[in-house]
Amino acid sequence: MHPENYHFTKEHEWINLEGDKGTVGITDYAQKQLGDIVFVELPSEGDTVQKGKPFGVVESVKSVSDLYAPLTGRVARVNTRLTDEPELVNQDPYGEGWLIVVEVTDPAEAEGLMSLAEYESLTGKS
Amino acid sequence: MSSLKTEAPQRTALYSVHERLGARFFDFAGWEMPIEYSGILDEHRAVREAAGLFDVSHMGIIRVAGPQAEELVQRAVTNDVSALPPGRALYSPVCRPDGGTLDDVIIYRMTPSRFLLVVNASNRRKDFNWFGRMSDGFPETRVDLVSGRAILALQGPRAEDVLEAASGASLGGLPFFSVIEGFQVVGVPCIVARAGYTGEDGFEIICEDRAVIKLWETILNAGRTFGIAPCGLGARDTLRLEAALPLYGHELSEEINPYEAGLGRFVKLEKGDFIGREALQAVKERGGPDRVRVGLMAEGRVIPRQGYEVFLGDDGVGVVTSGGFSPFLNKGIALALVSRSVSSLGQRLNLNVRGRAVECEVVKLPFYRSPHKGA
Repeated sequence: MHPENYHFTKEHEWINLEGDKGTVGITDYAQKQLGDIVFVELPSEGDTVQKGKPFGVVESVKSVSDLYAPLTGRVARVNTRLTDEPELVNQDPYGEGWLIVVEVTDPAEAEGLMSLAEYESLTGKS
Repeated sequence: MSSLKTEAPQRTALYSVHERLGARFFDFAGWEMPIEYSGILDEHRAVREAAGLFDVSHMGIIRVAGPQAEELVQRAVTNDVSALPPGRALYSPVCRPDGGTLDDVIIYRMTPSRFLLVVNASNRRKDFNWFGRMSDGFPETRVDLVSGRAILALQGPRAEDVLEAASGASLGGLPFFSVIEGFQVVGVPCIVARAGYTGEDGFEIICEDRAVIKLWETILNAGRTFGIAPCGLGARDTLRLEAALPLYGHELSEEINPYEAGLGRFVKLEKGDFIGREALQAVKERGGPDRVRVGLMAEGRVIPRQGYEVFLGDDGVGVVTSGGFSPFLNKGIALALVSRSVSSLGQRLNLNVRGRAVECEVVKLPFYRSPHKGA
């Protein structure tokens, strides 16, 4: 799977919008920078996340980072597999390593996010 | 144009080899060093279960040689080298007159009148100046900062098998904290010490820069059947943290004395005069330090990091000096410097984790003890 149709933030999250539902994760570039991820702290179903605001924390062996919501909405699903298998984020950041699904309040807001090409020029990937 | 020069990071003689192995680099004390190759957890596991090979050439080597070498070293360090025979090594803090720790070093006695001190990368220049100034009092004794040398650390339960396979020679008789000179690995003469910084059995190997690529590749090739992995400083840090080994700039500094750092057994007040003795004696006479190093285990899915504050209720009682993830315990662990009144085993404390209070407990050190290592 390749995330050509995903939207990206400059904080290295992606969102894959299907209607008003958006699956959120971190980018391949981000997981490589973090190194081995050992704990992921996520919100609960029903919680609200706000565009640009932290919604969780990812702890790698090397460092700790906040996770920023790409768009505003209500948390519809949480990837509970990450409790026991946080390494999924390293192994498959655009697939099995997804973090949450958000019911997005205003899908049109996605226009303000980056395309894959824009994101890759930001991270210096050819 | 500004005349300000940004200091380019130094590189070891193995830099191109690390690059070829796909290492990720970071700056450590002005050196561009590998932090990881395949990943810190993988490398950590390799050292605990098989073997790992580290480039630690950023560490400094100071040679003290001459008729009064023993007196000079004895005066500079807190441990006692007077009974140290040639071919043996010991660990020691080096203190300032006020008892603060200037560095912590491994001292190899090569001959009765020649010592090698392996010192921290961040302190090599400071240590050299310190020992150099001391040598003024010992006119026939020379202090040199050894250059053009590389240092490898080969660590893990299979380290001996790997080095024997690489060299075709036996090492079984070499006890822990012993050192031999002129050990040959494919024609490369090496100084080999049985020592390390991971909590496992292993060796530190010194050779000339120009021979180290051959040495590194020979060891990696010989180690393949034993499950060896090239390891970066990331795994070195998680390994030493589990083994509760101090890191200068974290558990030790010029503001922290060896008693506070839990290193009192390396301070020999009875050995005679040495720099810092009076101040350290005073600490001992007033019943020990007010703050001490402890091990902490965090509750839940949190990793303590250096600088996190430690609380008992609303009272600040200390600070995390090193924190990280323990693959052995699958928990966040830390070394912290805390008030002695809250340092007993089982004491419950709180960590300020980015504004949130997280519970932790004072636990026995080390966090990990090797089942493979007799020493």
